[in-house]
Amino acid sequence: MNTAQNTPMGRFDDAAIVLEDTAVTYGRGETATRALDTTSLVLRDGEFVALVGPSGCGKSTILKLAAGLLPASEGYVFVGGREISARAARVGIAFQNATMLPWLSVRDNIMLPLKIVSPFKAGYRSKKATEYRERADALLAQVGLDGFGDKYPWQLSGGMLQRASLCRALIHEPRVLLLDEPFGALDQFTREELWGILQDLWLDKKPTVLLVTHDLREAAYLASRVCIMSPRPGRIVEDRAVDFQRPRTVARTYDNDFIKLMQDLRALITHDGPNTVGSAAS
Amino acid sequence: MTQRLLGPRAMQRAASIAFIVGFFLLWEAACVVFSISPFVLPRPSAVLMTLIERFPALVPHIVQTLMTTMIGFAAGVFTGIVLGALVGSSKIAYDTAYPLLVGFSSIPKVAVVPIFVLWFGSGTVPAILTSYVICIFPIVVNVATGLATTSPEQQDVLKALGASRREILFNISLPSAMPYLFAALKVAITLAFVGTVLSETVAANRGIGNVMMIATSNFDVPLVFAGLFLLAVMGVVLYGLFSLLERRVCGWASRGADTPLA
Repeated sequence: MNTAQNTPMGRFDDAAIVLEDTAVTYGRGETATRALDTTSLVLRDGEFVALVGPSGCGKSTILKLAAGLLPASEGYVFVGGREISARAARVGIAFQNATMLPWLSVRDNIMLPLKIVSPFKAGYRSKKATEYRERADALLAQVGLDGFGDKYPWQLSGGMLQRASLCRALIHEPRVLLLDEPFGALDQFTREELWGILQDLWLDKKPTVLLVTHDLREAAYLASRVCIMSPRPGRIVEDRAVDFQRPRTVARTYDNDFIKLMQDLRALITHDGPNTVGSAAS
Repeated sequence: MTQRLLGPRAMQRAASIAFIVGFFLLWEAACVVFSISPFVLPRPSAVLMTLIERFPALVPHIVQTLMTTMIGFAAGVFTGIVLGALVGSSKIAYDTAYPLLVGFSSIPKVAVVPIFVLWFGSGTVPAILTSYVICIFPIVVNVATGLATTSPEQQDVLKALGASRREILFNISLPSAMPYLFAALKVAITLAFVGTVLSETVAANRGIGNVMMIATSNFDVPLVFAGLFLLAVMGVVLYGLFSLLERRVCGWASRGADTPLA
């Protein structure tokens, strides 16, 4: 397809998320804070990209831009070939908090996107009882929550809630999945287990994933590309492909080449001198 | 052990009932032991006798008070929810309207009864209006607070899906404001009785408040207490109804530590 050569999307035919010279500034005048320095980033369709960086560097800002929750102060954001402006593009999203609605059962929580997103929306009332329920239950079974659909969020542990949160992000089979430190509040064993589940879910449907995390091992385990950000105002200082064979295992993260990668990445975050930052904010 | 026989919830209930019965027994005993004049504090048994004797004559007054209260309450709930939704819809509206609301709600409602009587004459209308104004404010404030304090992350999940403002309102804001609304309803229903009776004692020719007023001037103290008892029963029954409804509609809010309202 060479039809749209002049548009920014024309250059990236298979791009799912494109940030073009995007910057975000909170507030205005003298109190303005630059949260994200001019950044360009392209996620190709089906890619799994992890964003890693020191806290406050703007990783979550990038995620919010892609979700359409935050307008860009400068530059453009394209998701699925369309510019994100006021309204989001029906992406799946999961946060560090599971943010389940306490008045709905786990199944109804997971089915929430089907109530909002077309074309599912149209059939919500009629299909809710059978088709959508089965869909939710199948997804629950896939993350190891078989039979928990009728429970309420307060009856589930943190790790279970996070699994349910993944289900909710995926039920409408979005082409783009945005994850903001989804495992940040979990203990290490639960976290590692969920890495495996997330990897399986990704291998199954191959959505484009943008994962924000501050766990290097998590980034290296899950992602096919790791982007390292500088401290605030953040910009991407390193874009590293991770080619380890899939499916990856937790044991694999203790191998030498894996550890070597993590050490390289760590060095980039902790020893990011001013000479590597390039042009400062205007 | 009795605990094993009844279980903790039944035990709790039995204790409550025992406490109420004990209260009345103690009252009765105190009246007898200290030989308190029935003009000062009639014995509960005397009050009960009066109540049974006069009940047929009291029925129209009970109906009057109950009806007046319910009309005022229903109107107050409706107005309160609409106003609360407006005030709670945005941060700016909330911050703008809140000082005025607090000002209004801190006016002692006794003070407005003469004004209503001045405007509408004595009778049912000022009683309805008093119960109406007295129960609006807790509802406005609670609904507004409930809507204004909706979790931004829950909203973000829906926004990212492309949900409209209306969809966010119906799926997130309204359900999460429900516990606030019910807390307000329980306060408002008891306040509505206060408003009605207040107005009835000042300017009315029917209703429990009026009955008590006349009974007081006739030194018919047992009848005054019978009126008090009737008001308490009506208040408790309606409060109980709303508690029951609350448990059905938003039982989620009182379970577990996971809820955002903890």
